[in-house]
Amino acid sequence: MITEHFPILLIVVPLTSALSTPLIGTLNKKYCWYTAIFSISLSLFMSLYILNAVMHTGRISYWLGNWEPPYGIEYAIDYLNSYVLVIVTFIALAVTIYSKWSVEKELPEKTVLFYTVYLLLITGLLGITITGDIFNLYVFLEITSLSAYTLVAIGKKRNALVASYNYAILGTISATFILIAIGYLYMVTGTLNMADLSTKLPPLYDSKVVLTALAFFMAGFSIKVALFPLHVWLPDAYTHAPSVVSAILAATSTKVAAYAMIRVMFTVFSPEFIIVRVNITHILSWIAAFAIIVGSVLAIAQVDIKKMLAYSSVAQIGYIMLGIGLSTKLSVTGGILHILNHALMKATLFLVAGAVIYKTGIRNIEEYRGLRREMPLTMLAFTIAALSMIGVPGTVGFVSKWYLLLGALHEGKWVFALVLILSSLLMLVYFWRVIENIYFPKMHVAVAMDGGDKKKELPYTMLVPILILALLCIALGILAFIPLKIVGMISQMLVG
Amino acid sequence: MDEVDEHVTVTGESVIVRPVEELYIIRRIIARIMVPLTQLYGLYVIMHGEGGPGGGFQGGVILGSATILYVLVFGVDEAKKRISESLNNLMKSTGVLIYAGIGLLCIIFGGYYLEYYALPLGHPEKASELGILGVEIGIGITVSAVMISIFFDLAERFEK
Repeated sequence: MITEHFPILLIVVPLTSALSTPLIGTLNKKYCWYTAIFSISLSLFMSLYILNAVMHTGRISYWLGNWEPPYGIEYAIDYLNSYVLVIVTFIALAVTIYSKWSVEKELPEKTVLFYTVYLLLITGLLGITITGDIFNLYVFLEITSLSAYTLVAIGKKRNALVASYNYAILGTISATFILIAIGYLYMVTGTLNMADLSTKLPPLYDSKVVLTALAFFMAGFSIKVALFPLHVWLPDAYTHAPSVVSAILAATSTKVAAYAMIRVMFTVFSPEFIIVRVNITHILSWIAAFAIIVGSVLAIAQVDIKKMLAYSSVAQIGYIMLGIGLSTKLSVTGGILHILNHALMKATLFLVAGAVIYKTGIRNIEEYRGLRREMPLTMLAFTIAALSMIGVPGTVGFVSKWYLLLGALHEGKWVFALVLILSSLLMLVYFWRVIENIYFPKMHVAVAMDGGDKKKELPYTMLVPILILALLCIALGILAFIPLKIVGMISQMLVG
Repeated sequence: MDEVDEHVTVTGESVIVRPVEELYIIRRIIARIMVPLTQLYGLYVIMHGEGGPGGGFQGGVILGSATILYVLVFGVDEAKKRISESLNNLMKSTGVLIYAGIGLLCIIFGGYYLEYYALPLGHPEKASELGILGVEIGIGITVSAVMISIFFDLAERFEK
């Protein structure tokens, strides 16, 4: 049956469409968008099928070339990956639908190049998530990073080049660290398969080589996740990249890096090793707490909306890492759930920021006043996502924060509970600034609407993805039991 | 062409400026001999990748370097007449598509992705050999095309 091959087709479909895009683009530039939509819809369908299959039958393993692991490369899918796969493909589809007009306006001459590299980025993200082979993970990580550097550098202004260069330097350092760590593990165990590593590593836990490998892994992934204080590449990269790129990078790329970090910590190494023996999770939770506070404080200081959202991402990544760092069942549930919730909220916010840039060219928060009249639905979506970020009950942001708070209190770690509450207040400060400008301006300023059709608020291909994502911010906040069913199984698998 | 100007100024007023075709005759003749030989060697490395040292990547680089030698001696414009940019772009994509396509063929014939045994090419081991060869050829095409386009980009920037 063809369904048996879905794990590999999930990678091959976006990959082949990425490679066909330059050929299709020579016929007509407009076909590129349809190719991207078609292949990512297929991927979404396949990832949903895989999620369903995993929920019913448990771990799926696909052997490339029918070579038995650990000799061959294995694609191994359990609850955690299938969940992340669905998030990545869903957000990618929403962003791709949105991308049509935004790309046409921001990058008129580079449409073909954009879609080629964009599809490669999606391929890489899906590859990192699906693979059960640690060297394969590194290869996909490089595909993702190289396409991300290109996508950032594509931005119109010269600052984009500087941002991309900084990103490339730090990203390369991180990739090198990860490769060194993989090399160390291969040196002592002679295997690269994650499942095989997890059985061969426990007798070697006292070895200094294994400890060094863990240290290199943590440092390398911290840069990729943009965990404070290694986040310095992120704000500039998100600010100067084209709007579509900021949205996809903020919503999926750091989440996938977080997934890779969790995978290495809990599957390649064991919870017993990282929590009890080395206790690296304790360090991680403190770093995450700092990330939350510092990210939020820096976000308050920004005037550019995209930069504000970028710093807010630094804080939100702290939430995910705090959940992992506290490593109780409740907090891990919160952290893993926040991968989905933050992807939804940040995608909405960045897409709205991009839509405003598309329509009016406004980036400064102060100039948002008056947009309520011109773009009512878009501003409504922004408000929903912003309230969700703050953590108002009834939205997705509340659910994951609630679990994190419960996790911290359950352990009696009051400091982290305080950090969570304080950060919500800080978020209220910087998001309220925008909402105030939108709805309660001191004076109305007529905004020049120069982008696209003057009568319509936005083209439908831009408006519909924004509204669906915003709606999901509420729907999955009220019907939180749906994602929690999967996330509960994941946290049971990781720390249960 | 900075070197041509230098040549003229050193020889003084009375010298007739020769057409470019006649200058650097040794370099040109040697390149004419070397380019096809290098290409042949590149193809050899690609074809013997599955049974000996080498393979698609190495062979592709050698194949690409033959074109680079051609560009160095005859100039970018002359080389672009032989390998146009659109052909090069086509080659870049086709190579990887061949690779992915062979993998998909294996699925169509009932195997796993890239399980060459499944290909209906006679004996399974023969099928495996031919499958790997096809993949190597795909890699070779892409690698050589990418090498050429990187060099074109650099050379064009230099000429500007």
